[in-house]
Amino acid sequence: MKEWLRQFMASGELFIWGCGAGLSLSLFMIAGLMVLILINGMGYFWPADLVELTLKDGKHVIGQLAGEDVSPKGIPRIRMKIGNRDLYGLDYRWINADQIVERATPADLVMVERREWGNFYGRLKAILKEDQVVTEGAEDVWKALSPLLSDTEATEGLNPYSVLLVEANGKEKVLAFDQVLRVLRPNDLSTLEKVWVYMGNIWTVLTTEPREANTEGGIFPAIFGTVMMVMIMSFIVTPSGVIGALYLREYARQGVIVRTVRIAVNNLAGVPSIVFGVFGLGFFVYGVGGTIDALWFSEKLPTPTFGTGGILWASLTLALLTVPVVIVATEEGLAAVPREYREGSIGLGATKWETIWKVVLPTALPGILTGLILAMARAAGEVAPLMLTGVVKLAPAMPIDGTWPFIHLDRKFMHLGFHIYDVGFQSPNVEAAKPMVFVTTLVLIAVVVTLNLTGIVLRNRMRRKYAGSTV
Amino acid sequence: MLDQQYEVLSRVPPQTPASSATKVRVKGMESSASKVSSQSSTQGNPKLRIQGFNFFYGPVQSLFKIDLDIPEHQVTAFIGPSGCGKSTLLRCMNRLNDLIEGARYEGNILLDEVDIFNPLIDITDLRKRVGMVFQKSNPFPKSIHENVAYGPRLQGLKNRAVLEEIVEEGLRGAGLWEEVKDRLHKSALGLSGGQQQRLCIARALAVKPDVLLMDEPCSALDPIATGVIEELLFSLKKELTVVIVTHNMQQAARVSDQTAFMYLGQLVEFGRTKQLFTNPSKKQTEDYITGRFG
Repeated sequence: MKEWLRQFMASGELFIWGCGAGLSLSLFMIAGLMVLILINGMGYFWPADLVELTLKDGKHVIGQLAGEDVSPKGIPRIRMKIGNRDLYGLDYRWINADQIVERATPADLVMVERREWGNFYGRLKAILKEDQVVTEGAEDVWKALSPLLSDTEATEGLNPYSVLLVEANGKEKVLAFDQVLRVLRPNDLSTLEKVWVYMGNIWTVLTTEPREANTEGGIFPAIFGTVMMVMIMSFIVTPSGVIGALYLREYARQGVIVRTVRIAVNNLAGVPSIVFGVFGLGFFVYGVGGTIDALWFSEKLPTPTFGTGGILWASLTLALLTVPVVIVATEEGLAAVPREYREGSIGLGATKWETIWKVVLPTALPGILTGLILAMARAAGEVAPLMLTGVVKLAPAMPIDGTWPFIHLDRKFMHLGFHIYDVGFQSPNVEAAKPMVFVTTLVLIAVVVTLNLTGIVLRNRMRRKYAGSTV
Repeated sequence: MLDQQYEVLSRVPPQTPASSATKVRVKGMESSASKVSSQSSTQGNPKLRIQGFNFFYGPVQSLFKIDLDIPEHQVTAFIGPSGCGKSTLLRCMNRLNDLIEGARYEGNILLDEVDIFNPLIDITDLRKRVGMVFQKSNPFPKSIHENVAYGPRLQGLKNRAVLEEIVEEGLRGAGLWEEVKDRLHKSALGLSGGQQQRLCIARALAVKPDVLLMDEPCSALDPIATGVIEELLFSLKKELTVVIVTHNMQQAARVSDQTAFMYLGQLVEFGRTKQLFTNPSKKQTEDYITGRFG
């Protein structure tokens, strides 16, 4: 037995199994996270059927099914998104299954997307023009509605039309056309049409601005802000990191000081990011920004121009946060350049700088890009320092627009990571905002993956270029 | 033909070496090194003169009072067992050892009667005049064309037509042109080992050096590729002076006009190749070339 155990240990079988188990566990956790985000995020866009429930007390409920479980008392219950926040106050409602008498999906139920108060679920009753009924009856209204809504002339200026809606229990609601974004009859849509609506919804989220304290509408400004900030950060962090690493590896005399600097740089990566945020606020925003204001924008004071959080300061702060990653990766890349390349170049009469510029740096480029990829991934996911240096809940204007000088680095911006925090934890209606949190998370992950893939493709192209498989 | 009497190499073993290991090897040297024969002789004008040259890696001395003249338009081979300092000496001839921290030297190396260690000399200019081919072929991870054009470009040459001409000339000089003329803009790393080494020769030739230093250029090559490079040496020496370090005594015997045998950082014997291999004046040389040690 003992011999068997000894042999088993010596064979390394246990170790291999341990490795496999560890890897599987990590993959499983990552996959679980991704699946959770995907299901919750992607489900949000689907135009689910509207269900009308008749309850024991004779009341009706119209809404979308949002889940079911068993109540603490042991009664099965379903969760409905009932919308009509202006009438009910709540978006979701639990209904015990034993209360339900009838369950139907009539085709005439409509879902009205509004600018305010979230969705309206109910039926169409009439179209009004300046309080006069123009069209009446659900079918007629439905037919007359879409041409009127899409009529650009009618929607120019103040739209005189409004629509009369009825909720499940007959309560009426007048809604001006200005408030209406879209009217859908989800029960009347074929699967193909639903897919079309689904795609449209995704597109809307990706390209439009948020509404309703960020819980509705799109997240385009946040996507744009995130990408732009990461780009600016990359432009700052790459040269500074590479120059730093070049000096440390190629020029500095290797000794106690360089070793200390290297340890310090590595430890910089472990400083909590909020500390960088505080530094960014103190140094960049108040220090540098305040000085710029005092020198060049004094006519606007006390309203700060650069002396307040902005995309430039946020990018600089993040560049500071990620520069150790770039330095370490670049140093490793430089160390991996074979000595023969350097000697070959020097032997041909190149100076040290020419050798570095023409041979060493191009060869180390894949390593540098690896550092940049890691830096971008970290920067895109970082929120805490941004909250102090320029991110806002709702940016009034984008950092790039049509007014001169087109790129406004002093402007505050929106960021997907902060958007998640804001929508998920700071919004007045957390329940209604939950799907948006998942959508935003999904988009943030997609943005990070896209940025990284770009870097990886670039790096692989570089590797192929320098790795010689040309036959 | 002018037969030039080679100057007597009066070598004195170094006094009080640091480590006991050095002591032992110095003891071995004493008997022979102190009385180097004067019968070795060289032909031609000296291109490189090495005079009383000592070299140290930090506290360790690795070359001891080397004195020899390398004649122009000839192939001079350095042979000797591993660690005898032949590569170190070679790398001193274009001051590549300057890169090594703690490297220190005494004595002179004259290129065309000018001291290469003179602080006034332009070191990049020296390296252009004294090209180098390394033991491990080291083409840059660039295209074949870019590799050969690297040196001329460093000198500020930008004209494409001229560059192409130089590249072709260099590749022809290295006997590589016919093989690569269709793939000049492909990566040099796609070439075979022998081709890569010839590319390095072409790269060195493109800067038009006076002297070409070769540090065991064939040690990583198969016999056929070795043969190609050896043949190349015969044509190269018409244009320039070649100094080659080799482990392979047969190679030295085949390609060189002059041969120097080094042992433990000392020059034991230097003379015409034929004479050194057929009638060595030193017991150690004889032992080495007959394979009794080393």
